[in-house]
Amino acid sequence: MPEKLHIKLTVNGKAEEFLAEPRELLIHTLRERLRITGPHIGCDSSHCGACTVTLNGKSVKSCTMFVGQANGAEITTIEGLGTPDALHVLQESFREHHGLQCGFCTPGMITRAAKLLEENPSPSEEEVRFGMAGNICRCTGYQNIVKSILAAAAEMNASKEAAE
Amino acid sequence: MIPAAFDYYRPKDLAGVLALLREHGDDARVMAGGHSLIPMMKLRMAEVPHLIDLQDVPGMSEILISDGKIRIGALVTQYEIIAHEGLAQSAPILREAAMQIADPQVRYMGTVGGNLANGDPGNDMPGLMQCLDAQFTLVGPDGERSVAAREFYEAAYLTARTDDEVLTEITISAPTGGYAYEKQKRKIGDYATAAAAVQITQSGGRCALASIAMTNLSDVPVWSQSAGSALVDTEVGGDAIKAAVAYMLDEIDPTEDNRGPVAFKRHVAGAILTRAIQRAWSRA
Repeated sequence: MPEKLHIKLTVNGKAEEFLAEPRELLIHTLRERLRITGPHIGCDSSHCGACTVTLNGKSVKSCTMFVGQANGAEITTIEGLGTPDALHVLQESFREHHGLQCGFCTPGMITRAAKLLEENPSPSEEEVRFGMAGNICRCTGYQNIVKSILAAAAEMNASKEAAE
Repeated sequence: MIPAAFDYYRPKDLAGVLALLREHGDDARVMAGGHSLIPMMKLRMAEVPHLIDLQDVPGMSEILISDGKIRIGALVTQYEIIAHEGLAQSAPILREAAMQIADPQVRYMGTVGGNLANGDPGNDMPGLMQCLDAQFTLVGPDGERSVAAREFYEAAYLTARTDDEVLTEITISAPTGGYAYEKQKRKIGDYATAAAAVQITQSGGRCALASIAMTNLSDVPVWSQSAGSALVDTEVGGDAIKAAVAYMLDEIDPTEDNRGPVAFKRHVAGAILTRAIQRAWSRA
């Protein structure tokens, strides 16, 4: 039996500490150990992006990372972006523009989109499609997802300008 | 999917990595981003009793450009290749190729060294590095040695790197002239049905030098000296391109798989190479 790893993570601002088998995948840490069930398991093979989280400032597919690789990391999931009473601009925008149908891919979509807009606050439609290429939706045909992200970008830029 | 159990190590330096490789031999594997290895471990097609994570090893994550030499640490990610402005100036073909690898999430994790050392015929960087005549630095128990990219690949997943060595750095001379990385794939994230890396320099309206390599059309990348030579001293018109394509088609050896039958792959290889040469020439 391999030696367990002493893991420390910060997830959505909260410090977590536990012992884990090296073969534990980050998505299982989040969903089963920490009961943070926003990140979903879709394909379980790093194609679909439903398990996307932000880890040390990078969008990563948490189904393709062992918990040891994430040791010491700061992680944000969809739960860290907004709450039911105070939705993130992207969450509000996906609702407004019907950027989902079944909703299974949505946590990964929004978590990835948040990072994309952080790196590029005013993307073109083409840049949104390129930047979201690691997230698959099997319902919408992407049109409304792209529309939601572009609208959120405009909204975030408008409120930034208003604040200045 | 949950892989078989393994011991995990995250050494703080290269000496620690080499010591683990010496201790565990064939049972140990080094890992950078893990986006080739972890899916194979989850499918239990790869069993790695001792997994060595390289992420804490210093000195392997830099991109250094000076005096026309480009040095890329093996742990540099595809994301960092795309974001690096100096590299986009010195060797723009690297950004053009990296943007066609996998998807954004995978590019944050996937490294140049992993893409090169894995020896997967589907990986894009090996053919690209053969086009650029790169040198790979390998560090092992007997010290450091350098192997040319064009000598590195022996068969699928089999390279000149021995089990106790680590690929630490890639060195290239900054290329000159026009470039193109052209890739046909079925969908985002797929490996190439065919891909071509082309660098061309021109002098007085004629091709002075050309280097051409292709990906996923054999069990190793194919750099074709005769394809490049077919363009030299020509105006890179239709006949010269046809001759270059014919030489390349002589050297590739595609196999039938879910990307199509052999005849289709040869057709795609010709089309992709033609486009790559034309685009590289238009930029030369």
